[in-house]
Amino acid sequence: MSTDNLPEIPEEPIAHLGMFGTSGTGDTSGYGGLVVRRRPELSSPRPYGGYFDTIADELERALGGDLFDAVDRVVVDRDELTFHVKRERLLDVAQILRDDPALRFELSLGVSGVHYPHLVGEELHAVIHLCSITHNRRLRVEVSCPDDDRHIPSTVSVYPTHDWHERETWDFFGIIFDGHPALTRIMMPDDWDGHPQRKDYPLGGIPVEYRGAEIPAPDQRRSYK
Amino acid sequence: MSAPYEEATEGKVYTVSGNDWSELLETLTGQQDEQLVINMGPQHPSTHGVLRLILNLDGETVTEARTVIGYLHTGIEKNTEFRTWTQGTTFVTRMDYLAPIFNETVYCMGVEKLLGITDRIPDRAQAIRVMMMELTRISSHMVAIGTFGMELGATTPFLFGTREREMVLDVMEYITGLRMNMAYIRPGGVAVDLPAGAVDKVGELLKVMPKRIRDMRKMLDANPVYLARTKDVAYLDLTGCMSLGVTGPMLRAAGLPWDLRKSQPYCGYETYEFDVPTQKSADVYGRYLVRMDEMEESLKLIEQALDRLSGPLKNGRVMVDDKKIGWPSQLALGPDGLGNSPDHIAHIMSGSMEALIHHFKLVTEGFRVPAGQAFASVESPRGELGAHVVSDGGTRPYRVHFRDPSFTNLQAMPATCEGGMIADVISAVASIDPVMGGVDR
Repeated sequence: MSTDNLPEIPEEPIAHLGMFGTSGTGDTSGYGGLVVRRRPELSSPRPYGGYFDTIADELERALGGDLFDAVDRVVVDRDELTFHVKRERLLDVAQILRDDPALRFELSLGVSGVHYPHLVGEELHAVIHLCSITHNRRLRVEVSCPDDDRHIPSTVSVYPTHDWHERETWDFFGIIFDGHPALTRIMMPDDWDGHPQRKDYPLGGIPVEYRGAEIPAPDQRRSYK
Repeated sequence: MSAPYEEATEGKVYTVSGNDWSELLETLTGQQDEQLVINMGPQHPSTHGVLRLILNLDGETVTEARTVIGYLHTGIEKNTEFRTWTQGTTFVTRMDYLAPIFNETVYCMGVEKLLGITDRIPDRAQAIRVMMMELTRISSHMVAIGTFGMELGATTPFLFGTREREMVLDVMEYITGLRMNMAYIRPGGVAVDLPAGAVDKVGELLKVMPKRIRDMRKMLDANPVYLARTKDVAYLDLTGCMSLGVTGPMLRAAGLPWDLRKSQPYCGYETYEFDVPTQKSADVYGRYLVRMDEMEESLKLIEQALDRLSGPLKNGRVMVDDKKIGWPSQLALGPDGLGNSPDHIAHIMSGSMEALIHHFKLVTEGFRVPAGQAFASVESPRGELGAHVVSDGGTRPYRVHFRDPSFTNLQAMPATCEGGMIADVISAVASIDPVMGGVDR
């Protein structure tokens, strides 16, 4: 088969070996040698569909040039639009998204963190969900930072509602929101060590006995991929 | 004897435990301090659970108000990452414990979006969801208004409110087996179809409830004491609401008819007839009126859903028609509680080996959800409840985050309290109607 007409896709790191993701017990399925590579992180192609193109066009216009100056990737998935914004441009983009009359995302639904330890260089994500009441649209803005430089600019000045949300994300993931008025723990006690919702933070728990059998703690149980 | 105090860096710290006010007054006579810092909570009957307020007082005026939360943090979001997608409903239902059905529904909507089966949820399941959500809205608003009355010193609204809520909880128990935290909504539909007689039971509630709501209104709508405590108190206008992310009755009391059931309908709300009540006063009384009106609208919605459930949607599935996702929903009441129906057990235990394997895999291992992320939101009694659900393609959630309206709305506490009287702090917090289970998760 000729591969001339196929787009060039970079060879991604290995996501997992084998088919069923089991470990500890022997794989008798014969699929143990399977190599599954990570899906490449690509932008969705235009057109995005529906009002998504309008948002992208208007943001491009308001940024005064190329959308991809400020946005790393645009992903359209499951009828939702996501802008992966470069962290140094987050404040500009947020300000435009809120104030531009053609965009007008006046309501923010807060910041949610996600920890992807396998995405080297962008382990920590802060996910902002925006809603435009004027135009009845929704948009997701995603920002990432590497684990060894956990800084993301704070958007409290644009969306005051992010005050507690950023504190929560700091508390649970250790992302430092630069410029936040008082970035302190909010859920965990002030003297708590670590950031509990990171993937490298154990859940904890003890095995329990049930009708003579020992049931391991939830994070020790067998899981499937 | 005087009230005990100790010297701290900030000044003298007095500990008052009740019944010793005269002693405190004696000690304070002649003191020159003008600022008084009051710590209220986390164990205080009028802070709606374990909410802690720190109030800076100048006389009786609040100059600064701060909130401390986290006393009820239970790590639900972290815990869901170690259970299957279906088990997740059992966890999230415990977040906002006054509106459990909303937590379950929004979580399941997120999972269904990830699975791409939103359009395949049976109509009967959707109508049951709508009915259950609106019943829950009534019970939640009843608690909000009831506890509010009690916090202002009136016990009758509380008795009325809990009595009315009890009626709803009876219906919940009849339908799901549990009064609260029922894990009834499941990814793909609902856990079990309505039991025989459920339609009549809800019909009875529909007959009684309008009069009960009228009674509450007769008692409070024009009550001079109530008006004095609620009118022009804790004002928060539209700009304030928008910038603080406040949604729900607080936003609608500021005049914006923003209700996700109308603006971004889900579960078939676009096919129901109802109005979005609003007020323009942006104060505590306005929020009360919005809640009362919403309960009346909820009754309309329940009636319509019930008509469908006993009419065109009388028979039909309540779980998605995909054996790889839908849990067995033909449950039956056995001697040890609600469980799989004898038919289903006979089928898997003595009929089909494949069915047994399939049942075992689905229940222990769970179903796989394609990798990606989704955000679903519903209009809960307190505002926009959102679920950010992330999957890595496995049988367990990779991350579940709830955007709880109580959490966000509570940020408005300083904006509504500072500059007002200390007695109005109670009204202000009660009108936000925070549920700490949802705030702290």
